[in-house]
Amino acid sequence: MRNRVPQIVTFALLVLGALAFCVPFLWTVSASLKTASEYHAAPERLWPERPTLGNFAKAWTALPFNLFVRNTSFVTALCTVGQALSSSLVAYGFSRFEFKGRDLLFGSLLASMMLPGQVTQIPVFMIWRELHAIDTFVPLVLPSFLGGAFNVFLLRQFLLNVPRELDEAAMVDGAGPVRIWWSVLMPVMGPALATVAVFTFLGEWQSFDGPLIYLNSPERYTVAIGLRMFQDTFGGDFEQVMAATLIHIVPTIVVFFLAQRYFIRGIATSGLGGR
Amino acid sequence: MRRQARWGWLFVSPWLLGFLVFTAGPMLASLFLSFHVYDLHSMRYVGAENYRRLFTVDPVFLKSLRITVVYALLAVPLGVAGSLALAVLLNQRVRGLPLFRTLFYLPSLVPSVATGIVWQWVFNTDNGALNQGLGLLGVPPIAWLQDERWTLPAFVLMSLWGVGGTRMIIFLAGLQGIPESLTEAAALDGATPWRRFRNVTLPLLSPVLFFNVVMGVIGAFQIFATAYVMTGGGPNDASRFYALYLFQTAFEQFKLGKASAMAWVLFLILMAITGLQFYGSRRWVYYEKAGT
Repeated sequence: MRNRVPQIVTFALLVLGALAFCVPFLWTVSASLKTASEYHAAPERLWPERPTLGNFAKAWTALPFNLFVRNTSFVTALCTVGQALSSSLVAYGFSRFEFKGRDLLFGSLLASMMLPGQVTQIPVFMIWRELHAIDTFVPLVLPSFLGGAFNVFLLRQFLLNVPRELDEAAMVDGAGPVRIWWSVLMPVMGPALATVAVFTFLGEWQSFDGPLIYLNSPERYTVAIGLRMFQDTFGGDFEQVMAATLIHIVPTIVVFFLAQRYFIRGIATSGLGGR
Repeated sequence: MRRQARWGWLFVSPWLLGFLVFTAGPMLASLFLSFHVYDLHSMRYVGAENYRRLFTVDPVFLKSLRITVVYALLAVPLGVAGSLALAVLLNQRVRGLPLFRTLFYLPSLVPSVATGIVWQWVFNTDNGALNQGLGLLGVPPIAWLQDERWTLPAFVLMSLWGVGGTRMIIFLAGLQGIPESLTEAAALDGATPWRRFRNVTLPLLSPVLFFNVVMGVIGAFQIFATAYVMTGGGPNDASRFYALYLFQTAFEQFKLGKASAMAWVLFLILMAITGLQFYGSRRWVYYEKAGT
């Protein structure tokens, strides 16, 4: 008979760890459901006696969160489409065609993932300023249409495992490279594109530096910046700040649960960078 | 063959264009800027003056660099070890693995602004979760974000909330890729669990470990949004991390030449650390000779 003690210890450690990890979540939710008087009552209750959604309503109207959500959704949707189109195209180029300097280019692409964004931030800001694109969504959206290094890497890994016979069969049928990319490989890449879409969504939804640098007018704010503004303005109404914070958190968790499969697979692939 | 090449270039051209315009070009431009004084209106060449001043007459810069290095020295080893430990626990064929994996992953899904706001409460001196928990153990309240001795430990602690994130999933995938026959063979030879981990699992996992350490250091040096939201750099610059000070120099004070010099110092530091790690990795990272 095998000793079951280690298994029990493992399980106990995991349960304890999971509980500790959940405390900040539980408290955030609990605080967001309290009225101000209940929040300030002593001794503080762990869970509100009469949970209320009033804080969400107040936060939602105190600042135009519906506008922030719309802005963020707009930017996120465009970036996601842009990344899926451009990264798959570039990945196709890197995985299916031979040309001089290809490996050097792909090496540069991998290296660029390790580059700290601060090194390019200031000149890039100057470019957008020169183009009068400050306080528009252009600086946040347009680069997504030029392929993201990580997404290209991910899709290229995927394409390397797609048999070339597929392309060749289409070629025999008279399809050119563009047709092959669009009608043959795009459908095959479905799961990998889903991964790209999930990562792009999560990245853009929570993006902070970019919107902070480029957006000045509150009517163009994204949720991340709007939340920061809310904290600045209504920091004292803590239960409302918590409700606003949840408005920012919940979509990421929902998307994660909907797309968990693609998500875990994508991350596991990124670890291949170590190989 | 020539046609092949033409199509290849055409398809990679969007990325190449982006790379030249938004990465390679700006890198050179920021190097150029770093030798100038520039405030969006006038530009003046000053040689290496920006660099010299950073290291000689700007005590905030030196402190910022120091606390960021200390933060990385604490957060990376603790974080990587924590992620590895969690992954090993989850790899024990426990009941409910998907549930645990999800629970541990959730904190890393929380956007950094939200993380900052939530942890402001965790660290609250009077009614924060941490002090309440420590109070049960008889520890007097600590002013985590107001007492500069505790600010850095607070940020390290907060970073550990994310140990179940991407890094852990990568470790877990790595662990699941290790054939059980190998560890079982070692067990038959009488190796203790620790020795099996140390001599079989860890070497096979070393490429993934290396990847996680390299990316962890790069990430730690760029901590920004949480500090921006939670402390704004205070108290007494105790949390004015490198990227935060750089951001404030560039986009609040509009000292773009100085900020560019800071960016290049950061770049050179990270290049040196990464280079050293690659050099050192030859001694401990074990690459399987795979067929691919």
